[in-house]
This record gives sequence, C-alpha cells and structure tokens, in this order.
Amino acid sequence: MTSSTSGPKGKPIEARSQRSQWSDRSFTWLTRLMAFGVAAVLVFIGVQVAIDAMPAIRRYGLEFLVTSSWNPVDDAYGALPVIYGTLVSSFIALLLAVPIGVGTALFLSEDFLPRPVRTVLSFMVEMLAAIPSVVYGIWGIFVLIPFLGPIGDWLHQNLGWIPLFGTAYLGPGMLPAALVLTVMILPIITAIARDSLISLPPALRQAALGMGATRWTAIFRVLIPAAFSGIVGGIMLALGRAMGETMAVTMLIGNSNDLNISILAPANTVASLLANQFAEAGDLQIAALMYAGLVLFGLTLVVNILAEMIVQRVNVYK
Amino acid sequence: MEHTAQHTDVPALRDTETVIATEQLNVYYGDFLALRNVNMAIPERKVTALIGPSGCGKSTLIRCFNRLNDLIDSFHLDGRVTYYGQDLYQDVDAVQVRRRIGMVFQQPNPFPKSIYDNIAFGARATGLTTDLDELVERSLKRSALWEEVKDKLKTNGLSLSGGQQQRLCIARAISTEPDVVLMDEPCSSLDPLSTLKIESLIRELAEEYTIIIVTHNMQQAARMADYTAFFNAEATEDGKRSGYLVEFAPTRKIFDQPAQEATRNYVNGQFG
Ligand SMILES: Nc1ncnc2c1ncn2[C@@H]1O[C@H](COP(=O)(O)OP(=O)(O)OP(=O)(O)O)[C@@H](O)[C@H]1O
Ligand SMILES: [Mg+2]
Repeated sequence: MTSSTSGPKGKPIEARSQRSQWSDRSFTWLTRLMAFGVAAVLVFIGVQVAIDAMPAIRRYGLEFLVTSSWNPVDDAYGALPVIYGTLVSSFIALLLAVPIGVGTALFLSEDFLPRPVRTVLSFMVEMLAAIPSVVYGIWGIFVLIPFLGPIGDWLHQNLGWIPLFGTAYLGPGMLPAALVLTVMILPIITAIARDSLISLPPALRQAALGMGATRWTAIFRVLIPAAFSGIVGGIMLALGRAMGETMAVTMLIGNSNDLNISILAPANTVASLLANQFAEAGDLQIAALMYAGLVLFGLTLVVNILAEMIVQRVNVYK
Repeated sequence: MEHTAQHTDVPALRDTETVIATEQLNVYYGDFLALRNVNMAIPERKVTALIGPSGCGKSTLIRCFNRLNDLIDSFHLDGRVTYYGQDLYQDVDAVQVRRRIGMVFQQPNPFPKSIYDNIAFGARATGLTTDLDELVERSLKRSALWEEVKDKLKTNGLSLSGGQQQRLCIARAISTEPDVVLMDEPCSSLDPLSTLKIESLIRELAEEYTIIIVTHNMQQAARMADYTAFFNAEATEDGKRSGYLVEFAPTRKIFDQPAQEATRNYVNGQFG
C-alpha cells in the first residue's frame, strides 16, 4: 500500500488554482449582473411610466380604457380608439404576414431552388428589415396610398354593406397602415421561421420521408410542428414590433381619434398618438399619454404571456 | 435470371425469390466513388446482414434501396437497383418505394410527438384506414415495447430511453406493413438485453418480411442472418477509398469457410 507520491500515477490530483476559481466566479457574477440589468431596465421604465401616468390613472381609472374622447380642452381622455387601432392594425398585419412569411420561410428552407439563389433571396428578405421606418412611411404616402385608391373605392362600393368597408376610402387610414406594417414585420417572421426550420435535425426529415411520407406531409406533420415554438417566437416578436411601430404608422394612419370599424377610415394607434401629441402636451395630457403608453406596455405583456402559453401547450419537445 | 455476387457465386440464392437486386451498381457522392460494381440479389423473407469496416458503404447501399439517398444533392448512381425486377430508379415514385421498403436508422429518430402519434404517423400519412388504436398496440407489441409504454402512450416519444426509442422506431417502421425493412445498425445504441429482444424480434419479422440489416457485431450477424454480405474498402488510384462487395453467401459459409482471405480475416477479427 505504499505508492510513491512522486510518480505520476500516485501523485495527488491538484485542486483547481485560486486564480481559475476566482475568474470563474467573477464571470458568473458578471453574466448574472447583465441578465438582471436587462430586467432592471425594463422594470425601471415601467415604474417610471407608471409614476408619470399616476395623475391620469387617479383621475380616469379603468374607465380610460373604454371611453373614446380625446379632448385636451375639456381634459377628457379615453384610450379606446387607440387601443382598438393598435390591436386591429397589428392583427391585420399578422393575418397577412404570417402565411406569407412562413410560406416564404418554407420555400427558402426547402430545395425548390438552387442554394445560391436561396441565399440571395434570404438576404433580400432580411434587407427589408434594414429599411428605416420613415422610408416605409414615405413609400406608403407616395406609392401605396394612391395605389390602394381604386381598390378602396371598389371595396366600399361593392362590399360597403360589410362594416369593415363601410366608409369611403380617403387615403390615409387603417388599411395602408396595416399593409405597411405587414411588409415591415415580414422579414422578422420569415427570418426566424426559416432559421427554426433549417436548424431542425436532418434525421427528422429522413424519418418522415423514410416512412413513405410525401414532402408536404413531412412539412406539415413533422417539420412545422417541430419548429412550432421557434415560429411562434418569431410571430410574437413581429407582433411586438407591429404594436410599437410609430413613424410609418403615424404617417399613414390618418391620426383620427374617432373609433371607426371601417378599415378604410382614418384611425390611430397608441404609439402614433404619443408621437403626435407629446411635444405640445400639457400636464394632465402628458399623464394621459403616459397612461396610454402603460396600456401598450401591458398589451404587449399580455400578448407575450399568451404566446408563451400557446408554445407551452403545443411544444412537443420536452 | 443469373445473380452473381462479386468474386463468389451464391448457388443457395437460386431457390428463393429475389426481392432486391443490384446490377453493376456504382454509387457516387459527387466525384467520389463510394461503392463500386456491386452485384447482389437479396432473397425474400430472409435476414440478410451487411458487414464490413466503417466507411465501406453499407449505409450508402441500403439507402439506395429505399431511395433515401435522393435527399443528398451530390448523390448519383449508375447500374441498376431492382425490386422484384422493377428498376427502382426508372419511372417510379420514391414515396411509393419507401412505403414498400421501410427503414430503421442508426440513431433512433422518433418524431417529437407522442408515442401513439409516432406509430400512427405512417398510417395517417399514407391514408391507411385502419383502427389506429389497434395498429398502435399491435406494432408496439411486435417490437417488444408495449409492456413498457402501454400506460403512457400520450407522452412524447423523445422522453423514452435510447433503447426504447429504437424499438419505437422499429414499431413505427413495421406499422405500415412494408415488404422490406432496412435496418442500419439498429442495436448500436442498445444494451445487451434490448439487443437480444430486437434480435428475436427481427427473427420473428423475417417470417413475413425481408430484413436487411447492417451490423458491426459479428456474433449478431452469425446469430440472426441467413445470408451475409461482406464489404471492404480499398484505395483507388486517386487515393480515395471506395467500397466493394467482397463476398455474399449463406452466413454459415461466410463464418466457417469463406472463399476470400479478406473475409476470413475480418470475421476472425484480424482485420488490418
Ligand atoms: N452525404 C455524403 N456525402 C459525401 N460522402 C459521403 C456521404 N455519406 C457517406 N459518404 C462517404 O461514403 C463512404 C461510405 O459511407 P457509409 O456511411 O455508407 O459507410 P458505412 O459503411 O455505413 O460506415 P459505418 O459503418 O461507419 O456506418 C464514406 O467514405 C463516406 O465518407
Ligand atoms: Mg453506416
């Protein structure tokens, strides 16, 4: 039982050096700090907005959410039209962008086209995200709104009995704003959906095809369900972007605080309202705007929690 | 029809019907010749084992049989692969080929779905109208997994152990009643007990199906296979190793009195 302590075999295994342990620990703390930093900034902004909104919250309470006057002269404020506008414009944008975006992602992740062509196309889709929103706004004013003229007129004349098309097309309004939002969120949905599809293990596709599934069965029954959480994540990111988008929407939506069901009529969103009124707002008006901002904050939070719940329920991994 | 294997004749093959045959098959990945001049005839309702050193093209060959190599861009072949005499690469739908010729992969690859949905997938995808509950139970019983999972059919297939996953994959492969089941080292991730279960399962399946199994385990080949094909790889002029069929014969012959020196060395573990 006497093993020499000098030989390489019997030599005791050393502990980790102080320095290595110390740098390990400080790195852990650094990352912890940064992670909490992000959360802290979020909480800080939320609290600050809530404090600034306090006078309006005290005065209007929850009624703020369901009334629709916005009158600085009488100090009468209600956020219903902007909440409605925010939700509807984002909803329309999602309704259009999700099928187009996921379809594009599928197209770019399958081998319908040679790889170089796919790479160029993916790059171009992602370039859409790099266009400044004011450029989208200008494009909307000078190209999209005139282009939509005949379509809007046709919709109103032929389908005017549907409340959604119940007013004449005036140019700026819900429809052009929602369409521009669609284009703006398309690259987010496409890029994230494509990445989640591409990063699926090839074994999954082989398993499906090996079972005698057609390409489409493999895509719809195996690949998309497996990439579901990633795709929903992308959609939620896009929805957040759509709900918060300010500049392009302000330029196109008509900034009308009257609640109108028709998507041909001018409308307004929370973000657009804030952008328009903040500069020359009085005290209580600022508080009301902050309150509206807080509502937007809350809406985004609710949407994200809902999305997380969907993913949890459907998520197939784990 | 005269089927002769490389360097050998296989008279025993003449008394059973051939399911899959290759004729002067060369398989390439781009310029790389992965398999050279393979001629073999695989008999119906027997277990045929493919053995040989790593990289000699066993996986490549069985993936030619169900056209799964079609997924690889650089893949192409010349020569013929036939299924009951019909050329698999001429005017046939690869999807239909794979419905007749199922596959179990080297790595277990269940779908990220419930155990039940994993088995039901094939029937649903191919539009089979059978009693799914019964199909699931029958398939799981045949792959010796039923007792372990019967109470948790709704849980995710990925939550099973590696060996259970592989048996799930086997159950999935046989759920659609293919004629041929290709198995690429199905036991490589299994413990000895599961391996034995799978082996006896394979023997049982061979009464109805044609089984083609790749294995690195000599005893396994000796235990289960009716026929064994030994592949080897050899450097070509440009220094790349391409695989070829050395000998294809009844398993007993391959192990007891192989015609080729290389085969003898390999099965005796003296492979250099
Ligand atoms: N997708 C591919 N692209 C290019 N070359 C490939 C591809 N797949 C396999 N090869 C090559 O073909 C040869 C045969 O590979 P294969 O996977 O068929 O070998 P194997 O006999 O199954 O080996 P193992 O026993 O290790 O599984 C190897 O040289 C390999 O590098
Ligand atoms: Mg292999």
